[in-house]
Amino acid sequence: MNVPWLTLLLLLPIIGSLVLTIMPARPGSALPKQIAIAFSVLTLALGVALAVGYDAGGGYQFTENTTWIKLFGAHYSLGVDGMGLTLVLLTVILTPVVMVASWNDGDTGRWGAKGFFAWILALEGLSVGVFAATDVFLFYVFFEATLIPVYFLVAGYGGPNRVRAAVKFLLFSLAGGLVMLASVIGLYVESAKTSGGPTYLISELADLDFGTSVGRWMFVGFFIAFAIKAPMFPVHTWLPDTTESATPGTSVLLVSVLDKIGTFGMIRFCLELFPEASRWATPAIVVLAIISILYGAIMAIGSNNIPRLIAYTSVSHFGFIVLGIFVMNSQGLSGANLYMFNHGLSTAALFLITGFMISRRGSALISDYGGVEKVAPVLAGLFLVAGLSSLSLPGLAPFVSELLVIVGAFVYTPWAAAFAVPATVLAAIYILWMYQRTMTGPVREGVIGMRDLNVREVSALAPLLLLIIVLGFFPKPLLDVINPSVEHTMSEVGLSDPQPNVTEAEVAK
Amino acid sequence: MISTATTVLTEAAHGGHVPVVDPGSAGSLALPLVLVIALPALGATVLLLGGRRTDRFGHLLGTATVAGSFICSLVLFFAILGRDAAHRQVSLDLWTWFSSGRWTVELGLLYDPLSALFLLLITGVGSLIHVYSIGYMAHDERRRRFFAYLNLFVAAMLMLVLASDYVGVFLGWEGVGLASYLLIGFWQYKPSAAAAAKKAFVINRVGDIGLALGIGLIFTTFGTTSFSKVSQLTSAASAGVMTAIGLLLLLAACGKSAQFPLQTWLLDAMEGPTPVSALIHAATMVTAGVYLIVRSQFIFEYTADARLAVSIIGTITLLMGAWIGCAKDDIKKVLAGSTMSQIGYMVLASGLGVAGYAFAIFHLLTHGFFKANMFLGAGSVMHGMDDDVNMRHYGALRKAMPVTFLTFTMGYLAIIGFPGFAGFWSKDKIIETALAQNPALGICALIGAGVTGFYMTRLMLLTFFTEKRWEPGVHPHESPKVMTVPLIVLAALSVLGGLLLLNDWIVTFLAPVTGAAPHEEPPLPAIVISLLAVLVVAVGVALAWFLIGKRDVPREAPAKVSVFTAAGRNDLYGDAFNDLVIVEPGKSFTGGLATFDRSTVDGGFTGTASALAGLSGRLRLAQNGFVRSYALSLLAGAALVLLALVVVNLG
Repeated sequence: MNVPWLTLLLLLPIIGSLVLTIMPARPGSALPKQIAIAFSVLTLALGVALAVGYDAGGGYQFTENTTWIKLFGAHYSLGVDGMGLTLVLLTVILTPVVMVASWNDGDTGRWGAKGFFAWILALEGLSVGVFAATDVFLFYVFFEATLIPVYFLVAGYGGPNRVRAAVKFLLFSLAGGLVMLASVIGLYVESAKTSGGPTYLISELADLDFGTSVGRWMFVGFFIAFAIKAPMFPVHTWLPDTTESATPGTSVLLVSVLDKIGTFGMIRFCLELFPEASRWATPAIVVLAIISILYGAIMAIGSNNIPRLIAYTSVSHFGFIVLGIFVMNSQGLSGANLYMFNHGLSTAALFLITGFMISRRGSALISDYGGVEKVAPVLAGLFLVAGLSSLSLPGLAPFVSELLVIVGAFVYTPWAAAFAVPATVLAAIYILWMYQRTMTGPVREGVIGMRDLNVREVSALAPLLLLIIVLGFFPKPLLDVINPSVEHTMSEVGLSDPQPNVTEAEVAK
Repeated sequence: MISTATTVLTEAAHGGHVPVVDPGSAGSLALPLVLVIALPALGATVLLLGGRRTDRFGHLLGTATVAGSFICSLVLFFAILGRDAAHRQVSLDLWTWFSSGRWTVELGLLYDPLSALFLLLITGVGSLIHVYSIGYMAHDERRRRFFAYLNLFVAAMLMLVLASDYVGVFLGWEGVGLASYLLIGFWQYKPSAAAAAKKAFVINRVGDIGLALGIGLIFTTFGTTSFSKVSQLTSAASAGVMTAIGLLLLLAACGKSAQFPLQTWLLDAMEGPTPVSALIHAATMVTAGVYLIVRSQFIFEYTADARLAVSIIGTITLLMGAWIGCAKDDIKKVLAGSTMSQIGYMVLASGLGVAGYAFAIFHLLTHGFFKANMFLGAGSVMHGMDDDVNMRHYGALRKAMPVTFLTFTMGYLAIIGFPGFAGFWSKDKIIETALAQNPALGICALIGAGVTGFYMTRLMLLTFFTEKRWEPGVHPHESPKVMTVPLIVLAALSVLGGLLLLNDWIVTFLAPVTGAAPHEEPPLPAIVISLLAVLVVAVGVALAWFLIGKRDVPREAPAKVSVFTAAGRNDLYGDAFNDLVIVEPGKSFTGGLATFDRSTVDGGFTGTASALAGLSGRLRLAQNGFVRSYALSLLAGAALVLLALVVVNLG
């Protein structure tokens, strides 16, 4: 029997969400939370089972394909390759972690804990759909649908400016979605001209040649939407505002999972559907990526607000991911793919730990802290590990991905690497300066008596930190599925890695 | 079973032979090779995760793991010593760290005569410093954590010198940087310690730019970053690329080894507990730059330009460090300046090419002995002086602390190059080789030796001789046995370290890694150069005797001093320069960028949005629910679509 595994994987959390919505509200009851956790853990188990069952040989697996709207050529078509699989995994890993970490964060919100957890589950299901969709139209539907739960999570649960922040998020995303819609429609028009009739299947679209100018226009439409999502300079300003107002858990789902749709989309759609246009746009995008890398890092150094600071570090890290994608060689693309996963882990850890600290002190401003290490050594220690992974310390997961991107950039042109690498120094400054100001020195007034992390908080962080360390030394399981997917992308775009300058043959001479 | 391990020789540009890294399999050495790193790594893990439960025995466990590591190092050393020179390189691939395209990086270990000597230094001196720390940190409530960090350091340092790939070196390289960060800032409730820790890490990261880009250039040039593969290809590479790689590696070395222009962090690093200064900031970590250059001889041998740059940087730093050492009153800072200076000697030597590599390592080892000895001695002095570091508050301590005094004297005689002591042999060889190859640098090295004689004599006089200038209430006393025994061992090594040169042993031993130098006649007979060096040192010592020993020492540092002293006290204005050129402009730029981000970038979008909203006269609506109702309708739409989807799917 052909089991629609991916459909099950995306329906499971959505069913959980519906169960939570339907069940009667009882104030103070932990039952909705327990049900939500149960659904997310089930989803995790299924996700892990799929990952184990994935054949490392590559290609789209667990595929499903049903014609959906014949008129448009739209299909309900799912499947994951290495890149999709790692991002689906990231989604199902982070969701239960966020739930445990945010156990009490939904209680005081507009729709209570029940609503909070329901929206998170809905978001999880839709995210799985985004990463598993192999039909452009289906992808677009999921892409837009994810905005809804995020909007409610920000607007209903968060800081004083949450409504304004939610609106800003929504407007930026909708604007991007609108531009993308134009390209999506363009794809219909173009594919309808062919003998096969209209289609939205990626596998069929990839074989079409849209012609130079049409291809470039559609590329730009997709790219703008993904650049907003990722987010890149100069369309990044919604992110710091949103993370400043959202709960830490929402920020994790937003930055670690949802923003990956941007970089995922760049590979899946920009590169694979429009190879000519991608090569054409590369120089400009590489420059933009480097600006993002440095700009985000400098803005992070200048931030006094912790969630804003983390948001800016992400602008910098997404710059690295985009750089890796558009230098268009194996190292860059593998690095970018791996970076998406690793950044998800390290940023999640950073948001959650600082979230625990902020909830204790009631302030998100760095200048309100000092000497926390003295009163809460476990919090400080885990904070440091998360920070070190954010600055890509060798031995922690993000190092391998960052080095691959840097070397990939070097293969493209030494200049790209030379301009990007100073960001590693800036990263040391923004992380360690934040650590210095919050954790070290004499114990500040508002910090006296701060409780250290409790068992629930540590157990939410433990899986993340464990993965960060294990993948730092042994990223092979991920690279084993990522590398074939990168090879596929390379061949779709018609790329091959340059030969090294010195080979054994030359030595023999 | 040893496979076909032979030392393949290829012709270098200058006509010498450049050895290639071509190790055999580790065979029976695999177990000690893994244990040597695994033991301290395990120690650090247990002590960090074990928490308070391990407080009681943390220091013992930490010391035991490093001692175990030392035993493994001895086993390995004697195992390869029993083999002929061509079979002394072995390697062990643990697992594939990562691979992408044509680039595969093995997490592998390479054990050869060079790493053998480093292993003995790191674990041997490391063990002694662990033992010493049991006493030194006895009253610190976070002693267990201290030992965890020390163990972490030892593991990372061993990774650095055992890695078989540049990326593996990077792992150890930043690992020791992390340990250094944690230990400089160990007393992090002191804002100065926390700031110094961050500064060290950040400046090291500037150097790491060189390592990251160097890895990039090595990969694009050779398609690999493993020592053995790269070393087999370098003979066919262009000189320009070799120079570029050499300079990038030099940048990395400058960061880690506190060489000009990245030297400013080392003096601040003295904020860390003194055993840390001895182990990390004198004997081992700061010499990693020298290791990197010597290890990369298969690159530097093909670029005379990069080698010259290395030598010049070393010479500048050896003079700067000596200068700073003359002006400081803080005993640890004098020793830190001295460390800069002595590493300058090693870097100078490593830039002299095949004739200098072995002597760079020789001086690295003897320096490891006598400088660790003196740092621990300084710690012992501070221990007796209520943690006062100001030498103007010392004086006449030779009677109060006889063991510390005697052991320190051995270190002193070694560093100034008193005939027969360890430093005499090693520094002499560097000066001799430098004079033969580049007289200008050789003369600078000779002058540096004289200045060393001056500042070290000044330190000795201010601390152990001259009259008492103790703070009221301070009762100097000798340190406990657990601290003095390591001092005695290190003092013995400071005296006997020169034995490594007996029969040119160290040169011959390292030859499979560094190559054998063609014999060069120095401009003067070697014995004349030795006498000259001793003479120059004697002048420095005498000068110190007349300027300090024969005069009264004021308890307060004189405010009116020469420009030379003022410059030395201010670390030759390295920090002032950085502040003026980098930090202050950086701060204003960051501030300016924040304004730009808010007003121009974000303002551009929100401004447009407000304008549009104003145009339609619906601003109020947009803020009060218009968007939310839009979102709701979007939700409804999506729900419908999903429903349709399910229906179609079922049908």
